[in-house]
Amino acid sequence: MTQLSKRELERYSRHLIIPQFGVEGQRRLKSSSVLVVGTGGLGAPLLQYLTAAGIGKIGLVDFDVVEESNLQRQVLFTTEDVGRPKVEAAVERLQLQNPHIEFEVYNTMLTSDNALDIIKDYDIVADGTDNFPTRYLVNDACVKLGKINVYASIFRFEGQLSVFNFKREDGSRGPNFRDMFPSPPPPGLVPSCAEGGVIGVLPGILGSLQANEVIKVASGVGEPMDGRLFIFDAGSFETRTLKLSKSPKNKITAERADEIELIDYDAYCGIGNEVKKREVKSIDVETLNKWLAIKKDFQLIDVREPYEYEISHIDGKLIPKSEVVQRIDEIAQDKDVVVHCRVGERSADVIRLLEDKYGYSNLYNLEGGILAWADKIDSSLAKY
Amino acid sequence: MAKVLIPTPLRKFTNNASKVELEGDNVIEVLTSLTNNYPDLKPYLLDNDKVKPYIKLFKGEEDIESLDNEATRLESTDTLSIVPAIAGG
Repeated sequence: MTQLSKRELERYSRHLIIPQFGVEGQRRLKSSSVLVVGTGGLGAPLLQYLTAAGIGKIGLVDFDVVEESNLQRQVLFTTEDVGRPKVEAAVERLQLQNPHIEFEVYNTMLTSDNALDIIKDYDIVADGTDNFPTRYLVNDACVKLGKINVYASIFRFEGQLSVFNFKREDGSRGPNFRDMFPSPPPPGLVPSCAEGGVIGVLPGILGSLQANEVIKVASGVGEPMDGRLFIFDAGSFETRTLKLSKSPKNKITAERADEIELIDYDAYCGIGNEVKKREVKSIDVETLNKWLAIKKDFQLIDVREPYEYEISHIDGKLIPKSEVVQRIDEIAQDKDVVVHCRVGERSADVIRLLEDKYGYSNLYNLEGGILAWADKIDSSLAKY
Repeated sequence: MAKVLIPTPLRKFTNNASKVELEGDNVIEVLTSLTNNYPDLKPYLLDNDKVKPYIKLFKGEEDIESLDNEATRLESTDTLSIVPAIAGG
């Protein structure tokens, strides 16, 4: 049986004196292993609380490096960590937090090729990833290997939490992610946090609840969120706990675990399958800079939203994409017009529309948008 | 008649409305009222009167799949929650 040292008994004493938890609950935490997939907004509180709580072995999977825009919510990292691999910066901090934990670091993307190999060594998986392909991959791999998947997910002000593939007393398994959502939404409908934004404290709330579920599952204390879905709207403070059951539409089940094959999840989620759009004429940021320097007579149009303009702009005329048709009279036809957005996709859409439906032929897309301008021409501009 | 809760990712189709009171005696009738009011929502919510597989519907706290699916009856006191898959972390 796993034993706790004197120092561990003292460190975890506030757990030990909870009557239902006790030394036995703490021993179970020490003898359990948890893989945290994603070291971002959810991963930060998850890892900190699991480390503090005394989980025996914690694995960290992430391939990203720390970026300035992560620091608004990913409280595991400091300003000095910007540019470092996330797992490296995270484990350094966690080791200082609790020297009794064994950490395993995977500085890689979880893929269909490596997922089974990585997950097989853990009892519990905590899914804190930020994209649909990895969510379905983690789910399918957990069902195949019989691992419990503690799930949380966030978007803007909204969060979801559940415990999937839970092992019940009779040996059967609870519902999994695919009982809830048999297949993913089309690309673009539900933006990522990078595209759609997220309120910084939300992953702190959901990640802490997720850590609590992991601790309940690992210690055997309490009632995990098996067969239940918790929904939280931080904007309105509306909370709901809904019942989840197994769906007859779901073919990825514990009963058919042997038949599960991991697939190409990017293709499955429609990533890379987008219809190729017609190319439009474009100029790079260096050319735009030259046009400005020689005071060429042209018009610069910014098709982003006003809240983006407020973050940074290069003095283009602001006509948001959705207003282009109504305000078409403001777009010149008698001289060159450069259209820009954040990275060059929305502006290309606007140019295609104006060329196809309104006969424009004097439009140029700014390659890479305002982000390219910030990278190559004016580093004082804020990137977002 | 029922109260429908609209989740964040779909509010761009409902002029940012998060709660809407709608006519209808069952789930599909209420959803039809919803998509009549907000036609841009329809392709993301329904496929030939069936709810899309990346969306779950709950009457109160019950999954409509465990009730009568799209034919589940709704009273004026009922709340229908639309819950889509989200993936942020």
